[in-house]
Amino acid sequence: MIDHLRTISVEFFWLFGALVVLLGVASGVAALLSRRPANEKQAVSRVNLTERINAWWVMVGILAVAFLTGPTMTLILFALASFFALREFITLTPSRPGDRLPLSLAFFLVLPLQFVLIGTARYGVFSIFIPVYAFLLLPSIAALRSDIDDFLSRSAKQQWGLMVTVYCLSHAPALLMLEIPGQAGRSALLLFYLLLVVQMSDVMQYVFGKLFGRTKIAPVVSPSKTVEGFVGGGLAATAIGSAMYWITPFTWVESAAISAVIVLMGFLGGLTLSAVKRSLGAKDWGVMIEGHGGMLDRTDSICFAAPVFFHIVRFFYT
Amino acid sequence: MMRPSSALLVGVVKLLVGAYARWIGTAPGPAQRIYFANHTSHMDTLAIWSSLPRGLRAHTRPIAARDYWGTGLRKYIATRGFGAVLIDRARENAGVDPLEPLRVALRQGDSLIIFPEGTRGSTALPARFRSGLFRLATEFPAVELIPVYLDTLHRSLPKGALLPVPVVCTVRFGAPVVLAGGESKETFLDRARQAVVALADPNSNPGAAS
Repeated sequence: MIDHLRTISVEFFWLFGALVVLLGVASGVAALLSRRPANEKQAVSRVNLTERINAWWVMVGILAVAFLTGPTMTLILFALASFFALREFITLTPSRPGDRLPLSLAFFLVLPLQFVLIGTARYGVFSIFIPVYAFLLLPSIAALRSDIDDFLSRSAKQQWGLMVTVYCLSHAPALLMLEIPGQAGRSALLLFYLLLVVQMSDVMQYVFGKLFGRTKIAPVVSPSKTVEGFVGGGLAATAIGSAMYWITPFTWVESAAISAVIVLMGFLGGLTLSAVKRSLGAKDWGVMIEGHGGMLDRTDSICFAAPVFFHIVRFFYT
Repeated sequence: MMRPSSALLVGVVKLLVGAYARWIGTAPGPAQRIYFANHTSHMDTLAIWSSLPRGLRAHTRPIAARDYWGTGLRKYIATRGFGAVLIDRARENAGVDPLEPLRVALRQGDSLIIFPEGTRGSTALPARFRSGLFRLATEFPAVELIPVYLDTLHRSLPKGALLPVPVVCTVRFGAPVVLAGGESKETFLDRARQAVVALADPNSNPGAAS
């Protein structure tokens, strides 16, 4: 572990320090706000704010531990996040007795194996494992159970869940395995960059939406997403991302473009998974994280942004 | 202070099925209670027990069938892990009332978790209740009877399944069911069962079960 600590670049500690200060300020402001008198609606959004900030503290704490203790811990952490996200997905997805074995295999074989494969850094293997092999074999096992009711729809939903919650999400820790010339020991910063831009984009869109939101983009799918929120929040997050170019192998222009792609993919992830969630008859994926709904409510944007960001870095910078 | 075996058990249950408590008709508290629930899975006992606040677990004891939980590793989990009260479903010793260990626990002041159907069913909604709940209600009028509904464990680990499927389970606690003066066994048991069934509706509101 000590050896691992030496490989972490100094910027990393600066970044965490800055985040802690930022969150400290946010907590302070929230505490001051909660002392002032409020009507019911304000009180509710203040509680919501405090809960969001507290959840951020927990996320930053967990990330700090994962980064400081090395890639294996980070992989385990993301595997757990995938596990909880898949659990939420399957909970909302109707299944029949014939799905039990393929579902158990998805959780206890496919999911861990995907993260082990990521750990081996063999792109040619981990990039086809779920889209090809899980895709072919899990429905085959279900078919052996001779239960044809809704068979296609059941198999399709399970594969969709695996693709989003395991395959796509696993591309975030896969960033740690990239070897970028002249950037030895700095791949954790790329993961940090991705998470920062995605989360800032979520937060800024929430803030801009609350302040200026008027024109709803897709009222039925996601009533809180507005044009003003998306444009304002997206631009703010892109600005933050491009200002962080110095922790990445990108120039600041590239960093701005890449941040914009992350913002767009994150937005599409939130929108699409909201549509999936509502088609399954739910408002939140779960109740795991106080103030944030479920794990999948928090990771929907990362699920869509991670593979695209991974490919950009892998194709153009390694 | 929790025993390490209990903490590990609760951790595994929460990892697999979440076991999130929803206190719909009552609040968690130190009052002596009998929680009675629908029974579809070997995980039911553990899920209810894990969903309780930590402080209540030490004095809340699930009832477990000796023929399943009485030997080997399961016995260790049942007795050391969650302090189960083991009962004989098979009535091996004729003449001994199988409810006797429950009375002993109730007289000690412990709360109990029971499954009045007596056995696991294959559907989420419970079958007819057996008479044990009525007898305990008659003998211990001061103990609160809390209906509990487990919503997804028939998907996680149904009868006959070996591997669990991780599916989030919410544990819904309803308003106490009180045995009315002169109420017949059949009426009471049916009403108690209805109180569990009413909790199956995810939008069930406080008082709906009473």
